[in-house]
Amino acid sequence: MTEPLLEIADIEFAWPGQDHNVLELPSFRIETGEKLFLFGPSGSGKSTLLALIGGLVRADRGSLHFAGQEVESMSGPARDRLRAEHLGVIFQQFNLLPWLDVRTNVTLPCRFSRARAHRAGDIVKAAEALLAGMDLDPALWGRRADELSVGQQQRVAAARALIGSPSLILADEPTSALDADRRQVFIDLLFAQVEQAGSTLLFVSHDKDLARHFDRRISLPEINRAGVES
Amino acid sequence: MNLIGLAIRSLLNRRFAVILTILTIALSIGLLVIVEQMRAEVRDGFYRSVSGTDLIVGARTAPVQLLLYSVFGIGDATNNISIETFEQLQALDEVDWAIPMALGDTHRGFRVMGTSGDFFERYRYADRQQLEVAAGREFDDLFEVVIGHQVARQLDYDVGDSVILAHGGGRVSLQQHDDHPFTISGILAPTGTPVDQQLYISLAAHRAIHIGWEQGVQRPGAGLDAEEARERTEELRPDSITAILIGLTSRAAVFGLQRRINDYRPEALTAIMPGITLQELWRITGLAEQVLRVVAGLVVLAGLLGMLTVLLTTLNERRREMAILRANGARPVQIAGLLVFEAGLIAAAGIVLGVVLAFVVQGISAPFLLERLGLHISASLPAGQVWMVLGGIWLAGLLIALVPALMAYRRTLADGMQVRN
Repeated sequence: MTEPLLEIADIEFAWPGQDHNVLELPSFRIETGEKLFLFGPSGSGKSTLLALIGGLVRADRGSLHFAGQEVESMSGPARDRLRAEHLGVIFQQFNLLPWLDVRTNVTLPCRFSRARAHRAGDIVKAAEALLAGMDLDPALWGRRADELSVGQQQRVAAARALIGSPSLILADEPTSALDADRRQVFIDLLFAQVEQAGSTLLFVSHDKDLARHFDRRISLPEINRAGVES
Repeated sequence: MNLIGLAIRSLLNRRFAVILTILTIALSIGLLVIVEQMRAEVRDGFYRSVSGTDLIVGARTAPVQLLLYSVFGIGDATNNISIETFEQLQALDEVDWAIPMALGDTHRGFRVMGTSGDFFERYRYADRQQLEVAAGREFDDLFEVVIGHQVARQLDYDVGDSVILAHGGGRVSLQQHDDHPFTISGILAPTGTPVDQQLYISLAAHRAIHIGWEQGVQRPGAGLDAEEARERTEELRPDSITAILIGLTSRAAVFGLQRRINDYRPEALTAIMPGITLQELWRITGLAEQVLRVVAGLVVLAGLLGMLTVLLTTLNERRREMAILRANGARPVQIAGLLVFEAGLIAAAGIVLGVVLAFVVQGISAPFLLERLGLHISASLPAGQVWMVLGGIWLAGLLIALVPALMAYRRTLADGMQVRN
């Protein structure tokens, strides 16, 4: 077995000003190339885990290896660079800058990471290939992002997360704003593009119905030892 | 890394609020620049009129008052000086030239000055410039008058037209010297000084039209008729005049002569150096200028606070935008930098627009000042010092923007990866 893409050991984290931990993870791994489903109802420490993986917050204890580097001991700017280079993010909704056109939204991460822009090659062509791959009508590519429907916006967000083939795609409830049919289509398209990019997928959701599509399933409440408020 | 393009597109998206903010700053900057420029231009304009004159002599009075009524036509003389005094001063070795000024009459609101031919030959204004007759010639016949550029322009007069002078001031005068109409012999070229706002007759003519007016009104049947007056031109001379403009052979003599005139025994006189008296005048008006400056400064502050308000308000609306940028790899410093850059752009646009605005307002108000004060104001861009003040205001705008930038910085750190709405 190859090195895991991400490995967490004995992480503890409390938000500043709070006296109890929201996250205590003895161990958590993401294997390279897998599609991992993380069951995370609200209040399970899900957003904290994502912020840790993204290098936006620093753990109080423990270690986090990502893409071969120890993130917890890195400086802020270095973690920002790591995130820009190796992470693609899809949120539940409101992913796009409404005043930018679709193409420019997709190429946004390339503005913050030269490595990613380099990997993408011709960034406009790469963006268009991904938009086509996410089955978005070319007539929409030049439109302002806020003229698109929620479903279309989520596809644009997926294309943006994938541009420059980052190591890890973080998808935080990306389908919760979609109805059941579109949800299935979105996941199929996302899987195909993730495979094509050679990326790894961490898909977080509270919807257990989706879990069957994935290589591996983990329930955050089960592995998080911190007292979780109900 | 093309963050500037992002910032500009974000600004364009909020163009309505942004344009209003720029206008607010532009108005405040415009006010500040106008106050500064007008102050400098008005001072310049006043100085142009007296720059070639070494001393102004009048009856004992306050220096500022003498300066204002003699050269600028503001206020009236309370006393005259005798013609003998004029002749004695004119004869002094250190006096190069002496121009008599006999005031008191007007024509449709414009001052009439009785003077000598020396006025046309020796008077200097601005950068040692001499008066020029643009049309016609100087007065020759007793009842000829030379008029200033603005008089001709505003009353639509031409050489050969006939004018009737009024006794005393004001636009409407009940007492006219209508027994002695004057013919316009010449029109002066524009000077941008009060010279343009006056009419000029000879001292003899000034005397001739006032024979019989010794009590302030005309004694019926006491006047000279025109032919009689022309025959007696040589002996016509006024008993007194209002003021004297003096040019010296050597500027070094100015202090000594000024003291001697002020100590002159036969008559109580005041001699002033116009440049120094102008300084005195500016000291008097300085307080009002300071008040204007403070008001303008406060308005600029209000403009910058307006910008701060807009930035802080949009900060909440833009929380999502910032989280998206952050999730896509933007560093907190870059997000804070975006806000400072935005403020810098808004402030710079406001400052440039304000300067343009001030330029336009100066251009529009120039004719009004020319008509009212005879001051020639040219619309001008700010001088070096004003640009430094504007640069300081721009820096203040950047400093103010640090407040929302710092808030955004801390917020992006606290928000983590979440998109809050």
